[in-house]
Amino acid sequence: MNKSWWKILAIVLVLFSITGGLLFPVPAKPILNESIRNIHFHVPMWFAMIVMLLVSFIYSIKYLNKGDENDDLMAVESANVGIIFGLLGLVTGMVWAKYTWGEPWSNDPKQNSSAIALLIYMAYMVLRNSMEEEQKRGKISSVYNVFAFPIMIVLLFVLPRMTDSLHPGNGGNPGFNTNDMAPELRPVFYPACLGWILIASWITTLRYRIRKQENLIS
Amino acid sequence: MKKILVTFCFLILASIATFAQGSGGVEMATELRSSGKIYVVVAVLATIFIGLAFYLFFIDNRLKKIEKLQK
Repeated sequence: MNKSWWKILAIVLVLFSITGGLLFPVPAKPILNESIRNIHFHVPMWFAMIVMLLVSFIYSIKYLNKGDENDDLMAVESANVGIIFGLLGLVTGMVWAKYTWGEPWSNDPKQNSSAIALLIYMAYMVLRNSMEEEQKRGKISSVYNVFAFPIMIVLLFVLPRMTDSLHPGNGGNPGFNTNDMAPELRPVFYPACLGWILIASWITTLRYRIRKQENLIS
Repeated sequence: MKKILVTFCFLILASIATFAQGSGGVEMATELRSSGKIYVVVAVLATIFIGLAFYLFFIDNRLKKIEKLQK
């Protein structure tokens, strides 16, 4: 993971999404207008968060299996970066919502549940910091983390579908969805998601390595 | 009578204007694009992002040095 090709790829992909996202033609929709371009910047934040939390989940299971302290460190740091990207997603979403839905927080089911999901992960950090002994802290917080991930998935992808949501693609069966994303958005949207996921992974590895050095010193 | 007629005409014209905005007239920043100034924004955003990316590389290299020293 120390090789730099994927870091350069991450930068290239995000740069492409900045230029393509602002310049390429987009579908003209009322209310949304040009703000439809936000999809290349707001949504990838959430994708990056979900992938980082998935990494955290996997490393927590690994830690519970083998008890390697480094796995626990990786789980914490990826959850940390996931929370940062989640907060960015929340704030950018609120700016976007202010100018399309009328107010930054309209108690939309997806807005509410994503805020709850973030609080669950913040509680993970509080739980960790409340314990002194390393093994105890690692085990208890890993078990918490293993439960937090499925709850986050349910909050973000299942519950908003049960009711009507302002977010597109919610409510009803996704299998029969005719209002999918417009095809002209996809060539920019997918690279943007991949690019931001890689950037988030990069920051995670940096934080993980710093943490490891700190542990070696103390 | 004349007043009523004028108001009626006005209302009809007003409704035509609202219909015109119905389907085809979604407001987009085409003017901004044709004048070319949107490229300035792209350049600014790209500069900021490249700057941050270099900064990340800088942190990465510094960490590598520390890791080498540790060994």
